[in-house]
Amino acid sequence: MELFTNQVLAGIATGAIYACMALAVVMIYQAIDHLNFAQGEMAMFSTFVAWQMMQWGMPYWGAFALTLIFSFVGGIVIERALFKPLAKAPVLTHVAGFIALFAIINSVAGLTWDFTIKQFPSPFGSSPFLGSQLISTHQAGMIGVTLVLLVLLFIFFRYTRVGLAMRAAATLPESARLVGINTSWMIALGWGMAAAIGSIAGMLIAPVVFLEPNMMGGVLIYGFAAAVVGGLSSPLGAVIGGFLVGVFENLVGTYIPGVGNELKLPIALALIITVLVVKPNGLFGRTIVKRV
Amino acid sequence: MSTVQDVSAAPAVAAVPKKAMALGPMASLIILALLIVTPLFVKNFIIFQMTMWLIYAIAVLALNILTGASGQFSLGQSAFYALGAYTSAILMEHVGVNYALTLPVAGLVCFIAGFLFGLPALRLSGIYLALATFALAVAMPQLLKLGVFEHWTGGVQGLVVTKPDAPEIFASMGLKVSQDMWLYFFTLAVTIVIYLLSVNLLKSRSGRAMMAIRDNEIAASAMGVDVSLYKTLAFGVSAGITGVAGGLGAIAVQFVAPDGYTIQLAIALFLGMVVGGVGWLPGSLAGAAFIVFVPNIAEHISKGLSGAVFGVILIIIIFLLPNGARQLAYGAQSLIGKLRKH
Repeated sequence: MELFTNQVLAGIATGAIYACMALAVVMIYQAIDHLNFAQGEMAMFSTFVAWQMMQWGMPYWGAFALTLIFSFVGGIVIERALFKPLAKAPVLTHVAGFIALFAIINSVAGLTWDFTIKQFPSPFGSSPFLGSQLISTHQAGMIGVTLVLLVLLFIFFRYTRVGLAMRAAATLPESARLVGINTSWMIALGWGMAAAIGSIAGMLIAPVVFLEPNMMGGVLIYGFAAAVVGGLSSPLGAVIGGFLVGVFENLVGTYIPGVGNELKLPIALALIITVLVVKPNGLFGRTIVKRV
Repeated sequence: MSTVQDVSAAPAVAAVPKKAMALGPMASLIILALLIVTPLFVKNFIIFQMTMWLIYAIAVLALNILTGASGQFSLGQSAFYALGAYTSAILMEHVGVNYALTLPVAGLVCFIAGFLFGLPALRLSGIYLALATFALAVAMPQLLKLGVFEHWTGGVQGLVVTKPDAPEIFASMGLKVSQDMWLYFFTLAVTIVIYLLSVNLLKSRSGRAMMAIRDNEIAASAMGVDVSLYKTLAFGVSAGITGVAGGLGAIAVQFVAPDGYTIQLAIALFLGMVVGGVGWLPGSLAGAAFIVFVPNIAEHISKGLSGAVFGVILIIIIFLLPNGARQLAYGAQSLIGKLRKH
């Protein structure tokens, strides 16, 4: 039983990483109806920017705040420059655009900061949390930040004018335009917010997986898996999905023999496909009824 | 909570008229002649690159059938390519089957795998399908490394494949045909057969059914098209052709290893399709050329930034030529037409 509890705890700790990333994935999906394959790379780039500012002697929270602003503006700039002109293009073109973005960001980051692994500081320290060896203060802090973020997002989307306008623009663009919402800028705003949330995720993940241009590869796939499990239309679902994926991954690794590190990605695959087939809208997503 | 959404939104893939899917006889013959004559005048290494170009063209063509004709996404073609490559390699090295005979087997194995994967894929569309196939491509290398299959697959090390010699008929006729040259013409023959079969498939009843599904699924099913059958069939055919390409690839590279078939390959094939023009079969050649040669060019322009150069080229293509090489070919055609009139 103790083994079980320990594994669940450890699962929640890694799940926090996935939850962060899934939250960013869902944000952008809400705004633009597409999955951004370059999301992980954008987060990685932001984290590098934060690291660079700290190298120049800035305190952690100062760098943190500046990176948030940088990512927010960066997300908007990318949307305006690259994806706004493609708004009417088929999905296929968008996917190609995401891949191009992925290649560019990865390569620029690699050239600027090279591919050696870098330490990234944690604001919460890394001592054991409440005397437990399985979960460090950093991981506890990460869970805390994720939950706070979730509450803030909930308030934003439920009670603020801009949040409501964004939701309207995402669900029914035509009608939203008719009541005077600038839907095009709402999409840009969605990109900015997703980039900012991604940068928070990146800065929280970096102390665990270390900072390097390819750090997001695996995390992004688990983030996708988490978002799919929770339902792509629900931020709460994404966070719960993240924790579920983390716990599931750990339990399967412990209790099913033969599943070690080498089978971790196939597990994510199996999970994605099972959820998509059994419950395509995820656990918390809303069903979209199609009308001819 | 449920939301009602109108289906009248644009389909995932822009429609391509049926006639526009292949080249005219004249243009086809010119390209074929070029493909036959060029290798006689270039070095072995370039012949090898041209072989890889044709092999990727087959794989891009397979994806084109799936996406261009039936309107389904796949970012997981590398998985089927790997399956085909391993089938060929294992048959040649462990069972001792002739290399040419392994290709139909590779195609069949992948057809079945693709058909089976097409069943869960039926419930997914657009971005969800891209995601599921993306996960398939990512998971494939790890599956190939599994200890259980190590006896057959060679695990992380992979398998070395013997390169076939040219048949002895050529030697007895006094012609000296190098291994690379022979493999090139062998690949060319396979490519032509697959191209003709694909063109005919798209012209047939099944092809029309797939295109109907692509353009409007609900209307197609109302007209009596068996949507699930044709969607899974498209997945199976596409996977089968990719498998043949994979088998050829294994023979040409003389080596299969799990890390040769990562998500990078799937993305490359996807880009090849976008660059060549979705739904335009001859565009597969142009798209494959993009995959094989542009990374080299990008590396020439800047070593450290080759990824960025590649991405920028891709963005330029998306913006200037949203229909890829098809647009270019049509532009050239109308230009020639105008010149003739004067």
